[in-house]
Amino acid sequence: MKRYVYINDNESSHELYCDNRISNRKYTVLNFLPKNLWEQFSRFMNQYFLLIACLQLWSLITPVNPASTWGPLIFIFAVSASKEAWDDYNRYLSDKKANEKLVWVVRQGIRKHIQAQDIHVGNIVWLRENDEVPCDLVLIGTSDPQGLCYVETAALDGETDLKTRVIPSACMGIDFELLHKIKGVIECPNPDKDITRFDANLRLFPPFIDNDVCPLTIKNTILQSCYLRNTEWACGVAVYTGNETKLGMSRGIPEPKLTAMDAMIDKLTGAIFVFQIVVVMVLGIAGNVWKDTEARKQWYVQYPIEGPWYELLVIPLRFELLCSIMIPISIKVSLDLVKSLYAKFIDWDAEMIDYETGIPSHATNTAISEDLGQVEYIMTDKTGTLTENRMIFRRCCISGVFYGNESGDALKDTKLLNAVAGSSPDVVQFLTVMAICNTVVPIKSKTGAISYKAQSQDEDALVNAAAQLHMVYANKNANILEIRFNGSVIKYEVLEILEFTSDRKRMSVVVKDCQNGKIVLLSKGADEAILPFAYVGQQTRTFIEAVEQYAQLGLRTLCLACRELREDEYQEWSLLFKEASSTLVDREWRIAEVCQRLEHDFEVLGVTAIEDRLQDGVPETIETLRKAGINFWMLTGDKQNTAIQIALSCNFISPEPKGQLLLIDGKTEDEVCRSLERVLLTMRITSSEPKDVAFVVDGWALEIALKHYRKAFTELAILSRTAICCRVTPSQKAQLVELLKSCDYRTLAIGDGGNDVRMIQQADIGVGISGREGLQAARAADYSIGKFRFLKRLILVHGRYSYNRTAFLSQYSFYKSLVICFIQIFFSFISGVSGTSLFNSVSLMAYNVFYTSIPVLVSVLDKDLSEGTVMQHPQILFYCQAGRFTVSPPFLAFFLLLYNRASESEYICWMVWSIFVPCNCCVCDHHTCLCLREK
Amino acid sequence: MDTDRERHRARETAFYLFTQQSLPACKPVLTPGWVIAIFLFMGVIFIPVGLITLRASHCVVEIVDRYDIDCVPEPSRMDKVSYIQDDSIPKNCSHFMKVHKYMKAPIYIYYQLDNYYQNHRRYVKSRSDKQLLDGQKYHDTSSCQPVESNNNRPIVPCGLIAWSLFNDTFEFIREGAELKVNRKNIAWKSDRGHKFGKNVYPSNFQNGTLIGGGKLNPEIPLSDQEDLIVWMRTSALPSFRKLYGRIEEDLDVDDVVVVNLMNNYNTYSFGGKKKLVLSTSSWLGGKNDFLGHACVFVGCSSLTLAIIFMLLHVKYRRKSFSG
Repeated sequence: MKRYVYINDNESSHELYCDNRISNRKYTVLNFLPKNLWEQFSRFMNQYFLLIACLQLWSLITPVNPASTWGPLIFIFAVSASKEAWDDYNRYLSDKKANEKLVWVVRQGIRKHIQAQDIHVGNIVWLRENDEVPCDLVLIGTSDPQGLCYVETAALDGETDLKTRVIPSACMGIDFELLHKIKGVIECPNPDKDITRFDANLRLFPPFIDNDVCPLTIKNTILQSCYLRNTEWACGVAVYTGNETKLGMSRGIPEPKLTAMDAMIDKLTGAIFVFQIVVVMVLGIAGNVWKDTEARKQWYVQYPIEGPWYELLVIPLRFELLCSIMIPISIKVSLDLVKSLYAKFIDWDAEMIDYETGIPSHATNTAISEDLGQVEYIMTDKTGTLTENRMIFRRCCISGVFYGNESGDALKDTKLLNAVAGSSPDVVQFLTVMAICNTVVPIKSKTGAISYKAQSQDEDALVNAAAQLHMVYANKNANILEIRFNGSVIKYEVLEILEFTSDRKRMSVVVKDCQNGKIVLLSKGADEAILPFAYVGQQTRTFIEAVEQYAQLGLRTLCLACRELREDEYQEWSLLFKEASSTLVDREWRIAEVCQRLEHDFEVLGVTAIEDRLQDGVPETIETLRKAGINFWMLTGDKQNTAIQIALSCNFISPEPKGQLLLIDGKTEDEVCRSLERVLLTMRITSSEPKDVAFVVDGWALEIALKHYRKAFTELAILSRTAICCRVTPSQKAQLVELLKSCDYRTLAIGDGGNDVRMIQQADIGVGISGREGLQAARAADYSIGKFRFLKRLILVHGRYSYNRTAFLSQYSFYKSLVICFIQIFFSFISGVSGTSLFNSVSLMAYNVFYTSIPVLVSVLDKDLSEGTVMQHPQILFYCQAGRFTVSPPFLAFFLLLYNRASESEYICWMVWSIFVPCNCCVCDHHTCLCLREK
Repeated sequence: MDTDRERHRARETAFYLFTQQSLPACKPVLTPGWVIAIFLFMGVIFIPVGLITLRASHCVVEIVDRYDIDCVPEPSRMDKVSYIQDDSIPKNCSHFMKVHKYMKAPIYIYYQLDNYYQNHRRYVKSRSDKQLLDGQKYHDTSSCQPVESNNNRPIVPCGLIAWSLFNDTFEFIREGAELKVNRKNIAWKSDRGHKFGKNVYPSNFQNGTLIGGGKLNPEIPLSDQEDLIVWMRTSALPSFRKLYGRIEEDLDVDDVVVVNLMNNYNTYSFGGKKKLVLSTSSWLGGKNDFLGHACVFVGCSSLTLAIIFMLLHVKYRRKSFSG
């Protein structure tokens, strides 16, 4: 399905596509009541209470005033309905503000100021600096002569650095005045929520240059809610409007997560319901029998000889109503209340503020705090989560020569400095690739100092290091790059950029040297994406050694390579690339295929090693949480050696001989199978020994293991307390989380980047680190924290307290309901099994609300142990993990609970009886102290 | 000014402490010492209290006399129900009660009914509080079913409870002289003052075909019909006592009190018992050993536990704190 957008054609698209009215509202004024009620009544508990409340309207059977159920029911409904209404009203207000904002739109060739909601698909929208983009636009003009503009996409993906956007080549150089009259058609896919892809084509109509189809990518768009920066003006064609924009499509309420405790409460409620039915049936039969044998003799009761047809039902229904208090109506409200307070405690916690950035921790999901106390597996990302993601260029190996090995810092290595000063051709070539093979934007401040805006921390490190080695990437003017080296200025024209994808694991640029006109391909990437493609005859052994050596030190390595292209070779490939870039289906895959045709026969120049330091407190945090019985898995996209080194340095695994690493590898099914079997065998043997055994698996073997040997791998996962999975893709991370979840483990996923989002959403609890890779992970997560070390406090303090408090509160809610209910049941045996209520309606309501619900809410401040004690003895968390509230077979627990309550009520009843029966006049001068009032 | 600012700061810090979950709190740790001390303390408190209570209860003199069977003449005992329902037979009956211990005035007179379900749902609901207060001005007496109206005229007081009013009467004679029985102030003051109307007179009461219990004097307002008020406070348990009156003279040991009673009330059809109770009172109320026994029991068991724990603690004292 495609949509055709006719530029500046006012009429045709009006009916086809919606206008730009944004609506995030769930309800309208008219449908609020029915829709909200419908939603609330889709819950079992609410249906049950409605049934009870309706039965109570029948005065023949109601033991108490109907108000005692209708009151709380209406109150509970009113509370949740007004919360919804308030949220919806706020959404309405913010929508209204966005919809009524004035924007410049071209109408009949003239620019007009209209409200944002009146923008239609195909309209040309003009933006000025610092304007918010009202809908998804395809750029057609900017104030910049090269057709560039800068946008801030923080609202979209949380990345705060500026991104460059460029107008499509077909619109290049169109006059400002002519932009008002431009006509054409954009062929684009139907709205989707992928903010990284826009595979479309543009064709302009005469009198504009009627050339062939011009491909459009996400680079040519500016999306809703971005801000235009550093650009005087820009204009674009609206392609997606209103709720159909990329942002609008990706908005949506994620599936609510259910905690273990919630599930338990639901189960318990079900069990109590069944028990209640049994009680009702027994008492109903007993009541009918008593009525027919005894009550007829009690002349003062005046039972009629012949009753109505429903007579047999009356007593059981009365008991149903009497027993309805067995299921606590207040539990949902109380729990919601305290849970939102736990979330607030996390937000407020001064010890979880990241003082470097001033960002406090935040609980986005207020409902799952107690699950934090039950975590059994933590799946952690490496880069940016365990490490700081602050990259520093440390070492390099250029054509077989190692720099920086002695001092640990290549930038201070005199050998390298001398080589740079002597303009050694290998080194110069190497530095050139470091400086320009990237997507960094240099920004010159007024004082002349150059700063770099990079999306990747690695590129930032490389460019800065190159600048320190006198290869300064000075300016980027459209396609012309300017480099200063040792006083001379070198210019390059960028022909193509072959962007980085996590599948290709490399990126390249094709540049033309402006001095001699040579076309060169410059590449950088992971070793396995570069070294196998070296030209035949090049010795790559030293590079492999270098990569291994650097990885041993826990450094991130990148291989740099280049290749000179013949003019005709480039031209031929360029056509293919253009074609691939303008396909609408599977564009990414097609591009990768075309890139592959160019990226071979490399001349490998060298290897860079970048250090990514561990965050503060990571080893301690892992050790403490490990003591608390939590298992750690590291899921990283990095290479095996680096991952193992980092794992060693942060206590993740123990060094030999205390620890043992088991490798699962292999390229084919058989190899993987064999190595998996072997590891499993070792694991079974050593599981009794006090040895830290961990397995390491790479993405390729994991793929095979998950596909063909899922059962064996699952067993391994259960046996192993530690695992390192390297070279894994985002979807594999999510699969691993899914695997552990399917084994009934409580999982927590922690990560910082966009590649962790899927695993964060998949896990029972997602924790995002609001780090340098943007806020994407933090936004998707249930909790966002500033540093990895806060995880300790989040789990041990907040998680544990929340768990204990919720457990107490829910236990108490069931306890108090059962106690009062059993009193009623016992009383029924001494009141002729007739269904009399011992308590009057007001007392019952007061008992449920004032005596037992509100006072116990104070338990949110309850601390069984001090924070310090818990931190020192993290083993205490075992207690939570096992689930105090959820003792192994839940039904056993349920009956124990029931038995306790029953005996307790019996005791209370017996006490009352003993005190009052022998002497009805004890306390006062009067007689019946225990009186029945029906009011 | 200064104090204002201080108070403001104090409030701010209090809120800050709240947000950090570090409000001052006490965390009692149940060390053996504490546990033993608490149990000892409980024993020391509960045993004397229990003993005092028991003593008070023992001081109360109580005479219970079941009369429902004795008051039916020998020949009618085979069919007590028809005897009690036959209005032509006089129901008066005499009983002797021997005082076994000195009884100090005031002596409370109760009648006790056993196996009488005043707490039955049909019964308990069958009344109209509004009518009792406002009389015939209040029309909606549907709650009084099945004793709601008779001959299309409302019954005041309506309902099963009032209809089944207890109507045995008692007279007490000692050594030939009648003992004076005070029948005033036997109902709760609040009931007399606020629940039963001062201007509400019984009407159309016990006029139907089915006569339940006692009749009421239509000249006396409900607020002064104390027997009715006492009866209308329904009992929670199927065996209960209700106050009949007070004897305001002391009774000596070996006094014989002759009770002339009218055995009107039918408990025979459902096998209920009727008893007459004379009882003095103490500061604790009537005779009730349970409270005392319970206190002594709790006190003794706490003391025993304290001793056991102490012995255990001495025997297995933790030598030193190590892992």
